[in-house]
Amino acid sequence: MTTSIERVAGPRASSTFDAARVRADFPLLARTTRGVPLVYLDNAATSQKPRAVIDAVRRYYEHDNANIHRGVYALSAAATEAYEEARSTVARYLGAGSPREVVFVRGATEAINLVAATFGRMRVGRGDEVLVSAMEHHSNIVPWQLLCEEKGARLTVLPMNRSGEIELDRLEELLTPRTRILAITHVSNSLGTVNPIREIVARAHARGVPVVVDGAQAVPHGPVDVTEIDCDFYAVSGHKMFGPTGIGALYGKAEHLDAMPPYQGGGDMIRSVRFEKTTFADIPSKFEAGTPHIAGAVGLGAAVAYLDGLDWTAVAAHEADLLTYATERLATVPGLTVVGTARQKASVISFTLDDVHAHDIGSIVDQYGVAIRTGHHCTQPVMEFFGIPATARASFAFYNTRADADALIDALGHVRKVFA
Amino acid sequence: MADLGELYQQIILDHNRSPRNFRELPDANRTAEGHNPLCGDEIRLWVKLDGDVIEDIGFRGNGCAISQAAASLMTSAVKGKTVAEAEALFSAFHAMVTDAEPTAEQKEALGKLAAFGGVREFPARVKCANLSWHTLRAALEDAQRSVSTE
Repeated sequence: MTTSIERVAGPRASSTFDAARVRADFPLLARTTRGVPLVYLDNAATSQKPRAVIDAVRRYYEHDNANIHRGVYALSAAATEAYEEARSTVARYLGAGSPREVVFVRGATEAINLVAATFGRMRVGRGDEVLVSAMEHHSNIVPWQLLCEEKGARLTVLPMNRSGEIELDRLEELLTPRTRILAITHVSNSLGTVNPIREIVARAHARGVPVVVDGAQAVPHGPVDVTEIDCDFYAVSGHKMFGPTGIGALYGKAEHLDAMPPYQGGGDMIRSVRFEKTTFADIPSKFEAGTPHIAGAVGLGAAVAYLDGLDWTAVAAHEADLLTYATERLATVPGLTVVGTARQKASVISFTLDDVHAHDIGSIVDQYGVAIRTGHHCTQPVMEFFGIPATARASFAFYNTRADADALIDALGHVRKVFA
Repeated sequence: MADLGELYQQIILDHNRSPRNFRELPDANRTAEGHNPLCGDEIRLWVKLDGDVIEDIGFRGNGCAISQAAASLMTSAVKGKTVAEAEALFSAFHAMVTDAEPTAEQKEALGKLAAFGGVREFPARVKCANLSWHTLRAALEDAQRSVSTE
């Protein structure tokens, strides 16, 4: 069985997905910017929110707000139930065996930092190695660098080729007897590459190496199944999957979470506290010190429920069509080079335009309502690998249409005129 | 809609294409590096300071058209000026790109630098325009610091 995210990159299919109907669920998409309709193509940075999410957060504050896991009164019980129900919803969506395996965090960045600071500190010692890939976001590099510095360990890098595909044949040699952790992204935020994550996990496991997967860019493009992937950890950000900012989730296998020390100390993560000795709560509470982002979790639950209601086979076909269509049209722009041409890609397209700097591209297309990301996308090693300072990146969500791609192409025509 | 033509004036596009003073100065006595981490714009400045006068100045860098043209025009504007005159130009430039349309008198003082007035309508690009000026200030302040420790 393939996960939806792997089907995204399939051959062009006739799209039966009703993007216009779905767009109506996202109030922000109706707005204008600089006096023209907004064409939002920066979904890899953050996604827009459906009415269902906005309403769920509002409803929570208007009807259910109380602190959780504490009050004996009915309102607190209702808030606790809403929070834990959100956890169950997220766990189901990720394919976790149990809600106990889902820790609410601020986002994928905090999720990875949590794993590095607890699981990493337990596992990595002097002379050991942590293996990351060449296409990681800074959030899946820096926490491991900090850990390696602290422990006297070494960060090693799994290379990629000029298409932006992991060099799988190098994996065996880089999984050395000293490799303690492999940290790798499921989908590249700057190149769009979809990594063969199950195969990578299987090969690492064959060497006894646990795998931390950055799934932030994968889940907006389809449900994943962490049990099937068999990864040890999987990190996601709510705001990239149509939920609120400031909330995300870390999936971790229960056996790991049970063995790990707490991440932060405080309320809600303890069983009993005495000045001599504190005993910690069971998972996942052990990792959720302090009052969490309850409204955020409720909003994330609503986002996942919304995603669950989509026909993902149709979404995958629609996104594959957008990727193919936009890539083909971009190829007609003189001087344009697509950066990241992996065979398996999500609907994310980075490009350069002759020697026009990405920020000039971004400013000019913005005048025509087109919002794209420009810069290094928090992947400076990727930019260095391709020998470029920055790219412009158009990232499509399921609510985008071919008309959005057309608007981008038209706006790029204006860039060409300014820099003629 | 802010006017793109105001931002990308011909003189800016020209200095981006063919930057002036785009060279390392072998006899520079001050140098500084400027870097805009958000955009990745970067420049390195070399200054030959003779007493209080910027006798020569050169830069190398890469980045967006605004940052590179600003560096080119900045170096052209401050060459031969005193440190105080360069500071005064930076103040006028900074006010123009962040605050308000310069007065006729300020415009005259700014000369070709007045072409960057359009940046004011593009707040995201202010850092690009100011980068070379901040770098110049760093180079000049370093000079003063090293003077005071000698």
